Amino acid sequence: MKRIFFLLWMSIAFMHVAKAQIFFTKNGMISFFSKSPLENISAVNNQVVSVINTTTGEIKFSVIIKGFLFKKALMQEHFNENYMESDKYPKATLNGTITDISKVDFSKDGDYAVNMDGDLVVHGVTKKITTPAVIAVRAGKFAATSSFMVLLADYNISIPKIVENNISKSIEIKVNCNFEPKS
Amino acid sequence: MLLLILTATFNRVQAQDTTDLMSQLEKEAGNKEQVNYISSAFKTTRLINGHTIENVAKGVLDVKISHRFGTIGGSEGGAYNLFGLDNATMRMGFDYGISRFLMVGIGRSTYKKTYDAFFKLKLLRQSTGKRNMPITLSYIPTIALKTSPKPPADQKNYFSSKFSFTHQLIIGRKFSEGTTLQIMPSFIHNNLADFSGDPNNLFAVGFGGRQKLTKRVSINIEYYYQLSGHKLEEKTDPLTGAITRNASINSLSVGFDIETGGHVFQLHFTNSRAMNESGFISESTDEWSKGHILFGFNISRVFTIGKSK
Repeated sequence: MKRIFFLLWMSIAFMHVAKAQIFFTKNGMISFFSKSPLENISAVNNQVVSVINTTTGEIKFSVIIKGFLFKKALMQEHFNENYMESDKYPKATLNGTITDISKVDFSKDGDYAVNMDGDLVVHGVTKKITTPAVIAVRAGKFAATSSFMVLLADYNISIPKIVENNISKSIEIKVNCNFEPKS
Repeated sequence: MLLLILTATFNRVQAQDTTDLMSQLEKEAGNKEQVNYISSAFKTTRLINGHTIENVAKGVLDVKISHRFGTIGGSEGGAYNLFGLDNATMRMGFDYGISRFLMVGIGRSTYKKTYDAFFKLKLLRQSTGKRNMPITLSYIPTIALKTSPKPPADQKNYFSSKFSFTHQLIIGRKFSEGTTLQIMPSFIHNNLADFSGDPNNLFAVGFGGRQKLTKRVSINIEYYYQLSGHKLEEKTDPLTGAITRNASINSLSVGFDIETGGHVFQLHFTNSRAMNESGFISESTDEWSKGHILFGFNISRVFTIGKSK
């Protein structure tokens, strides 16, 4: 019995040393796109902070809302002032897990399809999301990409009647982050 | 068994690591954003008649159509004149953002057939973070050209006589998400005064602000106080004794901003007919107390025509 425990302990301890790795990015990209009959709205944020634990699959994102840049200055102003209320809710965060991280061999280059589960906090509202993602391993580093839809109504972001045709009710969010190992 | 628990806790510490690293990275990202400039202090670049501390963004054209109707009360108003709506003066204006700090604008109003042009330079921007600046300061020089004839018809008028110049400083502060206040010291120089005895140089100080009522609607107040000795006095015809010009009254305006996506509608009540600085600051003659209040509106529509970056 003791021997079994010892072996178990050894294996956990060993796993810990060999595989536990934390990867991060400070300038990941998140963009969104809203397609509506009257106009398309898109914005890009290149200051996304994210951390992944490749052992446990734990993944965290933090995005400064004011970091979203629009082509039209007025859109950006309204985005921050009226819709996202960036002074009140300066950040959006995601706290999740890549449920099938074990599928990914971080020592071998290749594209791995995975799934992520997590709590997305936007505009002060927390919602569970599940989305497929791709982890592309290249020479010890990797890129994670994903795209998913969110409903504005889920996050208490209301669109006034008068601009109903300008803003889509569901927004496509794209994530593209290049992770590097924490030294 | 103990060892197992120990290792498990160890693993939990490891999990804690991602949180620690996250907060560390967030802090770094937060420090990178060294100066946080305030935004959206007002819905548009005009408070009611005069300017706010806002500029149009770089590469953005703001087309403004403004109307002032006749007085609601008094001889021009009443039900017969549909409370002043039968009369209207209008100004059309085009403002353009050259950079984050500089905007230029031109306009033409029916009031004394006036052309005006200005630029607006942001000298200081309210900010927090690495640089803490409590106020925004703008400088706005305006030139106005009145092309309608000056009152004494027998007087020789040069082209240069038709010009007036206004220099304004606007000191503003956004106190909270909904509240912004500003002070506007203003200096007006008329190349040729309308009547003998009128001073060429006039000083006034404006006070104004807005309070948001909802996300898209705010109430605005604007008041220009003319310093004593800087008011235009009542003039009468020496022969008939009839009043040829009423004494100037401080301009007081109250209005609402209603933002609807690309447009800002400003609806207001004012005692000023002119929509250019030298006009409404020093040439308003209507009095609120007599019911000589004018209804008016400004419509602002922005077009992104240049590159914003």
